[in-house]
Amino acid sequence: MTQAGSLLAPLLPLYLRAVTVIAGGKRILDGVNLTLTTGARTIVLGPNGAGKSVLLRVCHGLVRPSSGEVRFNGPERIDGRRRHAMVFQRPVMLRRSALANVTHALALAGVPRARRQQTAEEALERVGLMRLAGQPARVLSGGEQQRLAIARAWALRPELLLLDEPTANLDPTATQAIETAINAVHAAGTKIVMVTHNLGQAHRLGDEVVFLDAGRVVEHVPMSQFLASPGSAEARSFLRGELPWA
Amino acid sequence: MSDFSAAFGAAIEMITSGNPQLVGIVLLSLKVSLSAVLVASLIGLPIGALLAVARFPGRRTLIVLTNALMGLPPVVVGLVVYLLLSRAGPLGELGLLFTPQAMVIAQAILVLPIVIALTRQAAEDAWSVYRDLLRSLGASQWRSAVTLLWDIRASLVTTVLAGFGRAAAEVGAVMIVGGNIDGVTRVMTTAIALETSKGDLPLALGLGAVLISIVVAVNAAAYLVNEWSARRYG
Repeated sequence: MTQAGSLLAPLLPLYLRAVTVIAGGKRILDGVNLTLTTGARTIVLGPNGAGKSVLLRVCHGLVRPSSGEVRFNGPERIDGRRRHAMVFQRPVMLRRSALANVTHALALAGVPRARRQQTAEEALERVGLMRLAGQPARVLSGGEQQRLAIARAWALRPELLLLDEPTANLDPTATQAIETAINAVHAAGTKIVMVTHNLGQAHRLGDEVVFLDAGRVVEHVPMSQFLASPGSAEARSFLRGELPWA
Repeated sequence: MSDFSAAFGAAIEMITSGNPQLVGIVLLSLKVSLSAVLVASLIGLPIGALLAVARFPGRRTLIVLTNALMGLPPVVVGLVVYLLLSRAGPLGELGLLFTPQAMVIAQAILVLPIVIALTRQAAEDAWSVYRDLLRSLGASQWRSAVTLLWDIRASLVTTVLAGFGRAAAEVGAVMIVGGNIDGVTRVMTTAIALETSKGDLPLALGLGAVLISIVVAVNAAAYLVNEWSARRYG
């Protein structure tokens, strides 16, 4: 898989040009221009209703823009396997074992049977879930399910992993395990784009920030710069709201 | 009243002693109804799941239609199958009329809308949860449908049993296409109807008791399967 990938044009950068999404008469995304390049871990920040989740879904192809263009540098699929994957806020687990959730995802992606077991086990190993491989996925804790979701996505060896608030509703220990898993995926060469509400997490995990407000990209800057000296009134107001003690 | 209790006593006696006539009728009933449910499930489960997953023109009409056909009158199905299979009918050459196969066909037609409609309902509920995930994983409509079927397997047991209940309990269709021939096409419901009109209450009551016991046992089993599955797989 990796070899086939290296012969093809890399998936990234991802270009969004004047992307607008209108749903129910509301402009969820309003002329978004954004280029996401490989490497840096990108954190998407913004107030509720800014369009963060929809932005991720547009990138992943789950939501079609009403107008504008979403274009990857390279082909989105290799042998039927998608080159970008997504982890949702609420992990959706099939009524199968943890391991079978991963092997089934590989089967759907067209990975030959002979390779599924080993690939799935590697993925579980990477997020520290190997000892729970035989457990039914739905009886795992919320944090374990989310790590399993990351393993399931990572098993597909995506070049881009989109995560939509993966640690919402999780306790600090589970959150830390998720962050470790995300960093492991990043270390293996996958571009991370993540929505979060948690500024501490953004600071820990993010190299750069895409700040959304009312469906527009207001800032796209390095994390340190964003936190130290936000360039826009919207971002300053957002940071004040999120850091009431500052 | 004493007539009734005497008949009931005789019925119990027939069941406990394993009266061969009664056993033969019960076995044929089970064979016919289970075959019908098997055929209807093989066709109906995938169709129900695809109806939940796919979007195409006419889908809603099809859904309303299958829902309506759940209440299909058995005698009408019997009549239509009779016409199809009768010697002058389009399928007359198969020589299936008044055979157990004809009864399987009629009951499968009766059960099919139930399997499709209930499967679609359960699969659609699951689809609303899994849609994003399965699309994200790049699953085709067919693979999505199969994935859903496996995931809702516990509730499909109930679906299939609802179909079995319908098949085992109906009398109109099997009466018309089977002909209620002793030892060949006589099943529990047709036998009950006949024996009651003849006045042989012990056999009718005995068969009635067996029929009810089977339906209760099957539903109890379904309930236990569901409960176990919920505990095991969440």
